Amino acid sequence: MIMVILLYAVIYAAAPVFLIACTIRAVHYARLPIHLRWELYPVPHEEPARAKHGGSYFEATDWWEKPIPFNLVGELKSMLPEMIFQKGLWEFNRTMWFFSFPFHFGLYLLIGSTALLMASALLSLLAPQLVSGGIGLLFHYAYAVGWLAGAALTVAGALGLLIRRLTDKELRTYTVPGDIFNLLFFVVTLGCLLTGYLLQEQGAPRALALAQGVLTFDTTLRFQPLLATGLVLSALLTAYIPMTHMSHFIAKYFTYHTVRWDDRPSLKGGVLEKRVAEYLTYRPRWAAPHVGADGSRTWADIVFTNPARGGKK
Amino acid sequence: MKKEKLNLSDMSKQEKKPLIHLENEDLMPLPPPLVEPGKDHNWPPLSTQVQEKYECFLDDTCAVSVPQPKSREEEEELVRKFLSGLEKLFTKENNWTFLQPLLLTMEHCAKCQTCSEACHIFEASGRNELYRPTYRSEIVRRLYFKYVKRGGLVSAWQHGDVKLNWPLVARLIELSYRCNLCRRCAQTCPIGADNGLVAHELRKLFSQEMGIAAKEIHDNGSMLQLKVGSSTGMNKEAVKDNIAFIDEDISEKTGVGVKTPWDVEGADILLIHNAGEILAWPENPGAFALVLNTAGISWTMSSELAGYDSINYGLWYDDAQFARVALKHAEAARKLKVKKIVLGECGHAHKALSVIADRILGGDLNVPRESSMTLLREIVMGGRLKLDTSRNNFPVTLHDPCNLVRLMGVVEPQREVVRKLCPQFREMEPHGVDNYCCGGGSGFAIMSGNNFPDWRFHVSGRKKLEQILNVFQGCMDPSIPKYICAPCSNCKGQFRDMLAYYDLWKRNSILYGGLVELIVNAMTDVKPGFIEWEWR
Repeated sequence: MIMVILLYAVIYAAAPVFLIACTIRAVHYARLPIHLRWELYPVPHEEPARAKHGGSYFEATDWWEKPIPFNLVGELKSMLPEMIFQKGLWEFNRTMWFFSFPFHFGLYLLIGSTALLMASALLSLLAPQLVSGGIGLLFHYAYAVGWLAGAALTVAGALGLLIRRLTDKELRTYTVPGDIFNLLFFVVTLGCLLTGYLLQEQGAPRALALAQGVLTFDTTLRFQPLLATGLVLSALLTAYIPMTHMSHFIAKYFTYHTVRWDDRPSLKGGVLEKRVAEYLTYRPRWAAPHVGADGSRTWADIVFTNPARGGKK
Repeated sequence: MKKEKLNLSDMSKQEKKPLIHLENEDLMPLPPPLVEPGKDHNWPPLSTQVQEKYECFLDDTCAVSVPQPKSREEEEELVRKFLSGLEKLFTKENNWTFLQPLLLTMEHCAKCQTCSEACHIFEASGRNELYRPTYRSEIVRRLYFKYVKRGGLVSAWQHGDVKLNWPLVARLIELSYRCNLCRRCAQTCPIGADNGLVAHELRKLFSQEMGIAAKEIHDNGSMLQLKVGSSTGMNKEAVKDNIAFIDEDISEKTGVGVKTPWDVEGADILLIHNAGEILAWPENPGAFALVLNTAGISWTMSSELAGYDSINYGLWYDDAQFARVALKHAEAARKLKVKKIVLGECGHAHKALSVIADRILGGDLNVPRESSMTLLREIVMGGRLKLDTSRNNFPVTLHDPCNLVRLMGVVEPQREVVRKLCPQFREMEPHGVDNYCCGGGSGFAIMSGNNFPDWRFHVSGRKKLEQILNVFQGCMDPSIPKYICAPCSNCKGQFRDMLAYYDLWKRNSILYGGLVELIVNAMTDVKPGFIEWEWR
């Protein structure tokens, strides 16, 4: 029973750790100062006719006198294929895509199926009439097929990525033990879950019952040891991801929306102007003499002085 | 002889010997008439004096020429300064300007090497590991996790390790000047990491903390501009004299009287050229004056400090210098109370003042900035000039300056003009926002110390050279004059030097020039033959 309690504790702890770590990372990035503009074209939310060739509002005469359109459809048309199908990798690194896409898409299926399983379990506890009969069966097949396909794709992708990392000399130079560990972590975790589940004795609780057990903290349930190991590893992996560069699902929001596609112009009296005015009061300490930053002068003082004319304005 | 594979740890090698050496045979092959590597120029080696005096132990060339430290203590002091600068790069007080994109790049590269395939320098070098975009970034990333994040053994296991010593720092200084900052690599990164930014931030660290930068862009660049008004060394009297001479010359050549207005308060437009045009390609500012006057535009030039030179080399290496020059440009416009600033044919000046400076030009310094490409498009397409396109009936291709196109999104205006005026226009492939850098970007075009130009023509310019040769295949006969339209001073500088290096004007009549020259060449009010088919 203690082992089951411990198992539940790890599973329950993983979710908040994941959420808190993701939030901390996202908030950290979001609270960084607005940087100087550093966009990269094409920017898909430009006017459709311009977005097609990668153009910007700078192509218009007296652009500041015209409304700057925001083409949400264009942005979504660019974002969704990237998020779901890794369009960029397909275009620019096809070999890698053949491993990376199944890996990531498999993860989406795993997350979706697990969410569906937990939802089914919750509904079966709260409103069993809703998931009885055909709907329940449909849910069952959806999460079962989704989970198996997801696991197969993720493991195949992770193994493919691992083999490429170890055999491709161009990748090997940049591969560190952590990269190998991360990929193996996925393979071992999913391997344990899958094998443990299949090795369960006849009559042992199936996925829905296990999910119900997790939700109700049912300590009478008995888990197949390999399955229990898989569940613990899943929980640890969930908590570990946001602490590593694998949290690029968070970073990607910022690299695209606040860097690559951030073409907002600064308007007189606008928010950007106010924020930057605050940054100009920072007191840098760069040591090169021509900068003139001794910690007492603000950025505003520094940029309005001329080092080539004896520091005069 | 089989070459040894370069590892990241090689950057820390104490041995005072370059890490790599390239032969012509190693490089990406070129199309005719430059197919045979054996007939290519030999690379002049660095002189013994240079090797004894400076830290030139990265590759076959030396861009920055950092003096060798005289003692172990001096080396340690330089490493300490480097570390201090590295830490500052990651604090908002010191680097609010680029902290967010830098952190994202440091912490989320998946090392998939997608970026490498997009890098013209890596490809042209024959895929030499040293020039892989992630090689430089990975070193910085490991230093970041080790010294800024203060990661211990677990961090080393998770992110990798690298030994920090003076040879590594000295090589990083040079390596930060082996990237054109064209950001083609960033365009292809699935995560949005930006290796170009890493090179940019490294250059900043060296300049802002250690006072180390390529002298062409600092001492003879931004400092000279802030001292006399222009990196060409021209003060306001000299620039006015030169422009007066150009006006006279253009008037005589075209038969149309040209006079450049100076310091006209309340003019609609303040036109700022890259002052290099005035000295190296005077027909460009002359053509601008002629077109603007003929089209009846209200415009002026400014004789304020830096108001007549749009260059802003700080863009490539130093935030403080960048901001100072950008503010001078804006101040010149504010004083004259113009409606807008129009930037002449200079890519980096476009990006510097229109994009990068946008958020630091507050209040009445936020004078609207516009590209000359759009103004010229409006003049040409609006029928404000009488044009005879048969005067431009020769093969023309259009080079896309990275700063203007990929990094600012001004893609079509110049194309509309060229399509209208040049019956034999043909595109290079790829073009537009997928273009390749000319190889002179980020200051390389003006950097000519030691044998750096040889590296620039053999390696960084090679991909563009391949594109040019490909686009003109079928008309390479020297009896057919061909024109590369490059609306950017730095790009033109690179084309001038590279075409001369490979003798492509004499052998194949490939010439280069700006956009406005093509417009004047087609103007019926002007004597025919504005574009002179002679080397310049």
